[in-house]
Amino acid sequence: MKTPGEDQNRRLLRARDAMDRDFAEPLDVPSLARVALMSPAHFSRQFRAAFGETPHRYLQRRRIERACAMLRDTQATVTEVALAVGFDSLGTFSRTFNTIIGRSPTRYRADAVPFNAPSCFVRSWTRPSSFG
Amino acid sequence: MFTGISIHTVFVLDQEEAIDFYVGKLGFEISSDVDLGFMRWLTVAPPNQPDRSILLEVPGPPSQSDETAAVIRDLLTKGALGSTILNTDDCRGDYKRLKDLGVEFTEEPTEQPYGIDCALRDPFGNHIRITQPGGTDA
Repeated sequence: MKTPGEDQNRRLLRARDAMDRDFAEPLDVPSLARVALMSPAHFSRQFRAAFGETPHRYLQRRRIERACAMLRDTQATVTEVALAVGFDSLGTFSRTFNTIIGRSPTRYRADAVPFNAPSCFVRSWTRPSSFG
Repeated sequence: MFTGISIHTVFVLDQEEAIDFYVGKLGFEISSDVDLGFMRWLTVAPPNQPDRSILLEVPGPPSQSDETAAVIRDLLTKGALGSTILNTDDCRGDYKRLKDLGVEFTEEPTEQPYGIDCALRDPFGNHIRITQPGGTDA
Protein backbone atom coordinates (compact mmCIF):
# COMPACT_ATOMS: atom_id res chain seq x y z
CA MET A 1 0.00 0.00 0.00
CA LYS A 2 1.17 3.51 -0.73
CA THR A 3 1.39 6.06 2.04
CA PRO A 4 -0.17 9.46 1.29
CA GLY A 5 3.33 10.81 0.60
CA GLU A 6 4.12 7.98 -1.81
CA ASP A 7 0.81 8.46 -3.56
CA GLN A 8 1.63 12.13 -3.93
CA ASN A 9 5.08 11.26 -5.33
CA ARG A 10 3.43 9.04 -7.91
CA ARG A 11 1.06 11.81 -9.00
CA LEU A 12 3.92 14.31 -9.19
CA LEU A 13 5.90 11.82 -11.27
CA ARG A 14 2.92 11.53 -13.61
CA ALA A 15 3.03 15.30 -14.12
CA ARG A 16 6.80 15.21 -14.70
CA ASP A 17 6.29 12.41 -17.23
CA ALA A 18 3.74 14.64 -18.95
CA MET A 19 6.41 17.32 -19.31
CA ASP A 20 8.83 14.77 -20.72
CA ARG A 21 6.22 13.57 -23.18
CA ASP A 22 4.37 16.78 -24.11
CA PHE A 23 7.20 19.32 -23.77
CA ALA A 24 6.34 20.91 -27.12
CA GLU A 25 2.82 21.74 -25.98
CA PRO A 26 1.99 25.02 -24.23
CA LEU A 27 2.10 23.44 -20.77
CA ASP A 28 1.43 25.58 -17.74
CA VAL A 29 1.24 24.97 -14.01
CA PRO A 30 -2.57 24.71 -13.86
CA SER A 31 -2.66 22.01 -16.55
CA LEU A 32 0.18 20.07 -14.92
CA ALA A 33 -1.46 20.43 -11.51
CA ARG A 34 -4.56 18.79 -12.95
CA VAL A 35 -2.45 15.79 -14.00
CA ALA A 36 -1.20 15.57 -10.40
CA LEU A 37 -4.70 16.08 -8.98
CA MET A 38 -3.59 19.11 -6.93
CA SER A 39 -4.18 22.82 -6.77
CA PRO A 40 -1.62 24.82 -8.78
CA ALA A 41 0.03 26.38 -5.72
CA HIS A 42 0.26 23.08 -3.87
CA PHE A 43 1.57 21.37 -7.01
CA SER A 44 4.39 23.89 -7.48
CA ARG A 45 5.47 23.60 -3.84
CA GLN A 46 5.31 19.82 -3.74
CA PHE A 47 7.01 19.37 -7.12
CA ARG A 48 9.92 21.44 -5.91
CA ALA A 49 10.06 19.51 -2.65
CA ALA A 50 10.07 16.16 -4.48
CA PHE A 51 12.36 16.92 -7.43
CA GLY A 52 14.41 19.89 -6.24
CA GLU A 53 13.32 22.43 -8.84
CA THR A 54 10.21 24.21 -10.02
CA PRO A 55 8.04 22.69 -12.74
CA HIS A 56 8.96 25.61 -15.02
CA ARG A 57 12.66 24.99 -14.61
CA TYR A 58 12.25 21.26 -15.23
CA LEU A 59 10.29 22.00 -18.41
CA GLN A 60 12.93 24.46 -19.64
CA ARG A 61 15.67 21.88 -19.11
CA ARG A 62 13.60 19.25 -20.90
CA ARG A 63 12.98 21.55 -23.86
CA ILE A 64 16.62 22.54 -24.16
CA GLU A 65 17.73 18.91 -23.86
CA ARG A 66 15.38 18.05 -26.74
CA ALA A 67 16.67 21.04 -28.69
CA CYS A 68 20.21 19.75 -28.23
CA ALA A 69 19.13 16.36 -29.58
CA MET A 70 17.51 17.95 -32.63
CA LEU A 71 20.57 20.10 -33.26
CA ARG A 72 22.79 17.01 -33.02
CA ASP A 73 20.64 14.56 -34.94
CA THR A 74 18.63 16.50 -37.53
CA GLN A 75 19.10 19.13 -40.21
CA ALA A 76 16.28 21.34 -38.85
CA THR A 77 17.05 25.06 -38.73
CA VAL A 78 17.49 26.70 -35.34
CA THR A 79 14.12 28.40 -35.74
CA GLU A 80 12.47 25.09 -36.56
CA VAL A 81 14.10 23.55 -33.49
CA ALA A 82 12.92 26.40 -31.28
CA LEU A 83 9.32 26.01 -32.38
CA ALA A 84 9.46 22.21 -32.28
CA VAL A 85 10.47 22.10 -28.60
CA GLY A 86 7.82 24.55 -27.43
CA PHE A 87 9.30 28.05 -27.65
CA ASP A 88 7.22 30.85 -29.16
CA SER A 89 10.13 32.84 -30.52
CA LEU A 90 13.67 32.38 -31.73
CA GLY A 91 14.86 35.16 -29.44
CA THR A 92 13.54 33.55 -26.26
CA PHE A 93 14.87 30.18 -27.34
CA SER A 94 18.35 31.50 -28.13
CA ARG A 95 18.60 33.41 -24.84
CA THR A 96 17.42 30.40 -22.84
CA PHE A 97 19.73 28.06 -24.75
CA ASN A 98 22.72 30.31 -24.17
CA THR A 99 21.90 30.65 -20.48
CA ILE A 100 21.63 26.92 -19.95
CA ILE A 101 24.23 25.51 -22.34
CA GLY A 102 26.69 28.38 -22.40
CA ARG A 103 26.92 28.37 -26.19
CA SER A 104 24.67 29.45 -29.02
CA PRO A 105 22.56 26.77 -30.72
CA THR A 106 24.65 27.15 -33.87
CA ARG A 107 27.90 26.72 -31.94
CA TYR A 108 26.47 23.71 -30.09
CA ARG A 109 25.52 22.07 -33.40
CA ALA A 110 28.98 22.64 -34.82
CA ASP A 111 30.58 20.97 -31.79
CA ALA A 112 28.11 18.09 -31.37
CA VAL A 113 28.48 14.38 -31.96
CA PRO A 114 25.49 11.97 -32.11
CA PHE A 115 24.74 9.55 -29.25
CA ASN A 116 23.60 6.02 -30.03
CA ALA A 117 21.89 4.94 -26.80
CA PRO A 118 18.29 4.38 -25.62
CA SER A 119 16.57 7.73 -25.73
CA CYS A 120 15.55 7.76 -22.06
CA PHE A 121 19.19 7.55 -21.00
CA VAL A 122 20.28 10.18 -23.50
CA ARG A 123 17.45 12.35 -22.25
CA SER A 124 18.27 11.92 -18.58
CA TRP A 125 22.03 12.11 -18.82
CA THR A 126 22.38 14.93 -21.33
CA ARG A 127 19.84 17.17 -19.64
CA PRO A 128 21.62 20.32 -18.45
CA SER A 129 21.83 20.09 -14.70
CA SER A 130 21.82 23.71 -13.68
CA PHE A 131 21.41 27.20 -14.99
CA GLY A 132 20.45 30.68 -13.92
CA MET B 1 33.13 -18.00 -15.75
CA PHE B 2 29.75 -16.36 -15.40
CA THR B 3 27.11 -17.90 -17.63
CA GLY B 4 24.47 -15.17 -17.57
CA ILE B 5 22.17 -12.98 -15.52
CA SER B 6 19.42 -15.00 -13.85
CA ILE B 7 17.54 -12.68 -11.47
CA HIS B 8 17.53 -9.04 -10.56
CA THR B 9 15.34 -7.21 -8.08
CA VAL B 10 12.65 -4.71 -8.95
CA PHE B 11 11.21 -3.06 -5.86
CA VAL B 12 7.43 -2.86 -5.69
CA LEU B 13 5.03 -1.65 -3.01
CA ASP B 14 2.54 -4.51 -3.23
CA GLN B 15 3.19 -7.98 -4.65
CA GLU B 16 -0.42 -8.71 -5.60
CA GLU B 17 -0.65 -5.44 -7.49
CA ALA B 18 2.71 -6.29 -9.07
CA ILE B 19 1.34 -9.65 -10.27
CA ASP B 20 -1.70 -7.89 -11.74
CA PHE B 21 0.65 -5.67 -13.73
CA TYR B 22 3.62 -7.84 -14.66
CA VAL B 23 1.59 -11.01 -15.30
CA GLY B 24 -1.88 -9.68 -16.04
CA LYS B 25 -0.81 -6.86 -18.33
CA LEU B 26 2.78 -7.31 -19.48
CA GLY B 27 2.28 -11.05 -19.96
CA PHE B 28 5.11 -12.31 -17.77
CA GLU B 29 4.72 -15.68 -16.08
CA ILE B 30 5.25 -16.41 -12.39
CA SER B 31 8.46 -18.41 -12.23
CA SER B 32 8.40 -18.86 -8.46
CA ASP B 33 6.08 -17.84 -5.65
CA VAL B 34 7.25 -19.25 -2.33
CA ASP B 35 6.47 -18.25 1.22
CA LEU B 36 9.85 -18.49 2.87
CA GLY B 37 8.43 -17.38 6.18
CA PHE B 38 10.62 -14.32 6.38
CA MET B 39 9.64 -13.17 2.89
CA ARG B 40 7.54 -14.04 -0.13
CA TRP B 41 9.98 -15.05 -2.89
CA LEU B 42 8.11 -13.91 -5.99
CA THR B 43 9.75 -13.95 -9.41
CA VAL B 44 8.31 -13.40 -12.86
CA ALA B 45 9.86 -14.05 -16.26
CA PRO B 46 9.00 -13.48 -19.90
CA PRO B 47 7.28 -16.60 -21.28
CA ASN B 48 10.01 -17.18 -23.86
CA GLN B 49 12.89 -16.56 -21.44
CA PRO B 50 12.06 -18.51 -18.26
CA ASP B 51 15.63 -18.47 -16.97
CA ARG B 52 15.72 -14.67 -16.77
CA SER B 53 13.58 -13.55 -13.85
CA ILE B 54 12.70 -10.40 -12.00
CA LEU B 55 12.36 -10.65 -8.22
CA LEU B 56 9.42 -8.48 -7.19
CA GLU B 57 10.54 -7.43 -3.73
CA VAL B 58 8.79 -5.23 -1.20
CA PRO B 59 11.29 -3.10 0.72
CA GLY B 60 11.00 -3.35 4.47
CA PRO B 61 12.41 -4.76 7.69
CA PRO B 62 14.34 -6.81 8.57
CA SER B 63 16.04 -6.66 5.16
CA GLN B 64 16.06 -2.89 5.41
CA SER B 65 15.36 -0.71 8.40
CA ASP B 66 12.11 1.20 8.39
CA GLU B 67 14.08 4.35 7.62
CA THR B 68 15.91 2.78 4.66
CA ALA B 69 12.71 1.20 3.34
CA ALA B 70 11.02 4.59 3.49
CA VAL B 71 13.84 6.07 1.40
CA ILE B 72 13.54 3.26 -1.16
CA ARG B 73 9.77 3.69 -1.34
CA ASP B 74 10.21 7.44 -1.74
CA LEU B 75 12.70 7.00 -4.57
CA LEU B 76 10.59 4.30 -6.18
CA THR B 77 7.48 6.47 -6.34
CA LYS B 78 9.58 9.34 -7.72
CA GLY B 79 10.71 7.09 -10.57
CA ALA B 80 14.34 7.18 -9.45
CA LEU B 81 15.15 3.46 -9.10
CA GLY B 82 16.37 2.65 -12.58
CA SER B 83 14.98 0.96 -15.65
CA THR B 84 14.18 -2.39 -17.16
CA ILE B 85 14.43 -2.72 -20.93
CA LEU B 86 12.38 -5.43 -22.64
CA ASN B 87 12.88 -6.60 -26.21
CA THR B 88 9.98 -7.23 -28.53
CA ASP B 89 9.39 -8.12 -32.17
CA ASP B 90 6.41 -5.73 -32.42
CA CYS B 91 6.78 -2.51 -30.45
CA ARG B 92 3.75 -0.79 -31.93
CA GLY B 93 1.57 -3.86 -31.44
CA ASP B 94 2.63 -4.17 -27.82
CA TYR B 95 2.01 -0.46 -27.30
CA LYS B 96 -1.54 -0.72 -28.60
CA ARG B 97 -2.30 -3.88 -26.61
CA LEU B 98 -0.96 -2.44 -23.37
CA LYS B 99 -2.49 0.98 -23.93
CA ASP B 100 -5.86 -0.71 -24.31
CA LEU B 101 -5.25 -2.41 -20.96
CA GLY B 102 -4.75 0.98 -19.31
CA VAL B 103 -0.96 0.87 -18.97
CA GLU B 104 0.58 4.29 -18.27
CA PHE B 105 2.92 5.14 -21.17
CA THR B 106 5.53 7.89 -20.92
CA GLU B 107 6.65 7.67 -24.55
CA GLU B 108 4.83 6.52 -27.65
CA PRO B 109 6.63 4.21 -30.11
CA THR B 110 9.39 6.17 -31.79
CA GLU B 111 11.99 5.26 -34.38
CA GLN B 112 15.47 5.40 -32.89
CA PRO B 113 18.86 4.71 -34.44
CA TYR B 114 18.72 1.25 -32.84
CA GLY B 115 15.10 0.36 -33.66
CA ILE B 116 11.65 1.33 -32.40
CA ASP B 117 10.91 1.80 -28.73
CA CYS B 118 8.43 3.20 -26.26
CA ALA B 119 8.36 3.60 -22.49
CA LEU B 120 5.94 3.07 -19.64
CA ARG B 121 5.74 2.98 -15.87
CA ASP B 122 4.56 0.20 -13.64
CA PRO B 123 1.98 1.13 -10.98
CA PHE B 124 4.72 1.99 -8.48
CA GLY B 125 6.89 4.28 -10.64
CA ASN B 126 9.40 1.85 -12.14
CA HIS B 127 10.45 2.78 -15.65
CA ILE B 128 10.21 0.13 -18.36
CA ARG B 129 11.25 0.47 -22.00
CA ILE B 130 10.07 -1.79 -24.79
CA THR B 131 12.54 -1.97 -27.66
CA GLN B 132 12.22 -3.58 -31.05
CA PRO B 133 15.87 -3.81 -32.09
CA GLY B 134 16.44 -2.84 -35.69
CA GLY B 135 12.75 -2.16 -36.24
CA THR B 136 11.60 0.49 -38.68
CA ASP B 137 8.26 1.69 -39.98
CA ALA B 138 9.46 1.48 -43.57
